[in-house]
Amino acid sequence: MTPFSAADFWSILRLSLWISGTAVLISSLVGIPCGVWLGMSRRRGKRLLAAVVHTGMALPPVVVGLVLYLLLSRSGPLAFLDSLFTAQAMIAAQTVLALPFVVGITMSAVAAAPAELPLQLRSLGASDWQCRWTILREARHGVLLAVAAAFGRSISEVGAVLIVGGNIQGHTRVLTTAVVLETGKGNFEFALALGGALLLLALLVNLFIVGFSGGRPPA
Amino acid sequence: MKWMQLVVLIVVLTGCARPQHDAPTLTLATTTSTRDSGLLDVLQPMFEQETGIALKAVAVGSGQALELGRRGDADVLLTHAPAAEEEFMAAGYGEQRRAVMHNDFVLAGPASDPAGIKEPMSITEAFGQIARSESAFISRGDDSGTHMKEQKIWQAANIDPQGDWYVQAGAGMAEVLRIASEKHAYTLADRGTFLAQRDRLHLTIRSAGDPLLRNPYTVIVISAAKHGNVNREAAQRFSDFLVSSKVQHVIEKFGVERFGQPLFFPDALPEK
Repeated sequence: MTPFSAADFWSILRLSLWISGTAVLISSLVGIPCGVWLGMSRRRGKRLLAAVVHTGMALPPVVVGLVLYLLLSRSGPLAFLDSLFTAQAMIAAQTVLALPFVVGITMSAVAAAPAELPLQLRSLGASDWQCRWTILREARHGVLLAVAAAFGRSISEVGAVLIVGGNIQGHTRVLTTAVVLETGKGNFEFALALGGALLLLALLVNLFIVGFSGGRPPA
Repeated sequence: MKWMQLVVLIVVLTGCARPQHDAPTLTLATTTSTRDSGLLDVLQPMFEQETGIALKAVAVGSGQALELGRRGDADVLLTHAPAAEEEFMAAGYGEQRRAVMHNDFVLAGPASDPAGIKEPMSITEAFGQIARSESAFISRGDDSGTHMKEQKIWQAANIDPQGDWYVQAGAGMAEVLRIASEKHAYTLADRGTFLAQRDRLHLTIRSAGDPLLRNPYTVIVISAAKHGNVNREAAQRFSDFLVSSKVQHVIEKFGVERFGQPLFFPDALPEK
């Protein structure tokens, strides 16, 4: 109804970047080590774990949102955090959604490293940690893909952040929830423009990520 | 190492983007019509300036708004679902409930009028005509205040709406109006949203003015006895703010300039 000001737009863009960026950072810090460990592990339960991780990629955002809402609600077990309808709750939701992507894709990338590589490294006297680090470097394109996928999942997700964030103007309204709102109001042109801004943002972030893989596209 | 640079970059990037909020906050759960009509955009800055309290307005259907209140996730409610609100108060979730304003619902439908709704016809008769002619009707189907009102009218008309002609959309008011417009169907809408969307719709008002179509909005302060951590004081200030004569006059004039008629009628002015 009220025309959207440029200041509103930038605050929405900033919030989207901050929430999804933080979610990707957290899920990467947790997920990459997990993915490396899973990818190198040759234990028997590994296939089952891999299936669980891949199932996590299919988590419906709106269900994650609902479960998080029930946990964070003032009637829920995590009420003391007082974080419902805040950016923190939205970061938590997106982290949960992005984590399986980081773990799963990192795992596949690491598992694709030559099987004899760890043996060779050990025979050269590498410690366990040196061994992991070298394999991680070897699989870096795959890991960057994992980070890019996590960002894609986070920035484009709407179901979870709508529930735990509440789409509050100036507090928890991000690009995707703004698109939902404007579409609902019938402002299709503006909703489309917001969608374009989201894609542009994703492109910029991915150009960054490609830049960090040394100029070559992540395989 | 490029990895470290990437991590540092993300930290710096997100650190810069982090928004700051220090003011005390009040969480308001309200119906979508107050937001979509633009009324909230007028009242929110007034309230924040007057009290220094940051108002966080979550706009959802009245059913969900009441549920947020029941769970203590909102400090104050502004809703339009009288029966559900009375139940809410009786269960002790609300501490204080005051009338703020009202508007009315209208039956919107295609100009071709397949159900043959002639004025003057009561809203229950009009609903009866729609059911008899099996003309398409789009229901909100989302437990919102509008949906509850619609169910009440079917009930009053002794009709159990069922069949291909009765579509449950599960969508917001503006969206349902659009669906009705596309499908040449009837729907029940609050006058404010209908007026705001009118230019985009191929719908006209087919029936209005029946006393059953009155749509009262009330403000409810959530009981601190049920949920110790609600912001009781700020909620009371918001309630007082809404019924203050200054705000009541703002409500009275809201929309007149843009739509040629008010969208809401104040209910807490002393002379009323």
